[in-house]
Amino acid sequence: MAHFKKKQAGTKQEVPTSAMPDVVFMLLFFFMVTTVLREVTLKVKIDLTKATNIEKIEEKRLVSYIYIGPERLPNNRLGNDKVQIDDSIQEDIGAIRTIMYDKLLEEQRMIVSLRVDESSEFGLLTDVQEELKQAQTFRINYSTKSEATRN
Amino acid sequence: MLLKKRERESAEINGSSMADIAFLLLIFFLVTTTINVDTGIGMVLPPPVTEDNPPPPIKERNLMKILVNNAGLVTMDDESTPIDEVQTKLIEFIKNPEASEELAASPQAAIVSLKTVRETPYRIYIDMLDEVIGAYAVLRNEAANQNFGREYSQLNQEQKKIVDDIYPKKISIAEPDPE
Repeated sequence: MAHFKKKQAGTKQEVPTSAMPDVVFMLLFFFMVTTVLREVTLKVKIDLTKATNIEKIEEKRLVSYIYIGPERLPNNRLGNDKVQIDDSIQEDIGAIRTIMYDKLLEEQRMIVSLRVDESSEFGLLTDVQEELKQAQTFRINYSTKSEATRN
Repeated sequence: MLLKKRERESAEINGSSMADIAFLLLIFFLVTTTINVDTGIGMVLPPPVTEDNPPPPIKERNLMKILVNNAGLVTMDDESTPIDEVQTKLIEFIKNPEASEELAASPQAAIVSLKTVRETPYRIYIDMLDEVIGAYAVLRNEAANQNFGREYSQLNQEQKKIVDDIYPKKISIAEPDPE
C-alpha cells in the first residue's frame, strides 16, 4: 500500500511576537493620554437638548462643569431643579460665585460648560449666569448634542 | 599575574514580563477611558453691570430685540415671527443690503438681543440661540467664500479672525424681567 508522506511547509508557523510590547505600549500611551479619570456622579437628571450650530471644545482640561436639572430622588422620582457642581448639589446659588472664582484662580482660561436638562427653566440658569458674571468667569459653553444639519 | 575568576552576573533585566505589565495597564486605561468630546454653543458673558460700569449706549436701529415666550413664540422688534423665518430675518438685519434706516448701520454695529422669561424651558432657549448662531454661521461662510474662496471651517486662524471682524458675533442675553 502506497504511503503518502505529508509534505510539510518549509516556513515556520510562529508569528513573531517580539514587536508586541512596542505595539502594546503605543496603545497604552494613547489611552493614557486620552483618558479622563474623574467623572462625577450625577445627582440631577440631565437630558441634553440638541442644536445644529455647535463647536467642539478641544481642551478638556480647561473645562469645568455645572449641572442643572431636576434632582434625582429615591424610587426614580424627580424633584425640583437643582444646581450641581462637582459632586454636591448647591442649594445656595450665591455660593457658586466663590466656588467658580476659586476655580478660575487655578486656571485662568477656564471654560464653564453648562450642562442643563432640556426641560429646566431658564430662570435658574440666568441666576447661575449672573453668579458666573460676578465670579469673572465669562467663557461659557451650553452643552448640547449635535443635531443632523438641515438642508 | 592574578587572574580574576569570577562569574559575572548577567547585567540585563529580564524583560519578558514587560508585555504582560503593559497589557495590564492597557486594559485598565481601555476600561476607564471615555472618548466623548464635549460639544456645545460657546458664549462669552458680559461683565456684570455696576453703577460705575453701565452698559454702553446702543442706537435703536442697531439692536435686534428677539423675545421668546415660554411656549416658543417669537417676536423680532415687536413683530411676531415664525421660528423658521428668524434666521432669514436676522441675516437681512445684519447685512442690511438695501441700507435701510430701520436695520443695522453696519454688520459690525449689529447687536442681537435675546430675551425670554424665567419659565421658558431650556430647550426653547437653546433652539432660539441656535438660530441666531446659525445666522452668523451663514454670514461668516459667505464672507469666507468671498474673500478666500473656502468654507469658514477650512480657514486658518488669521483668516478666521479677518472674517470674524467682518461679522462679529454680538449676542446679548437679556435678563428676564422680574415677576
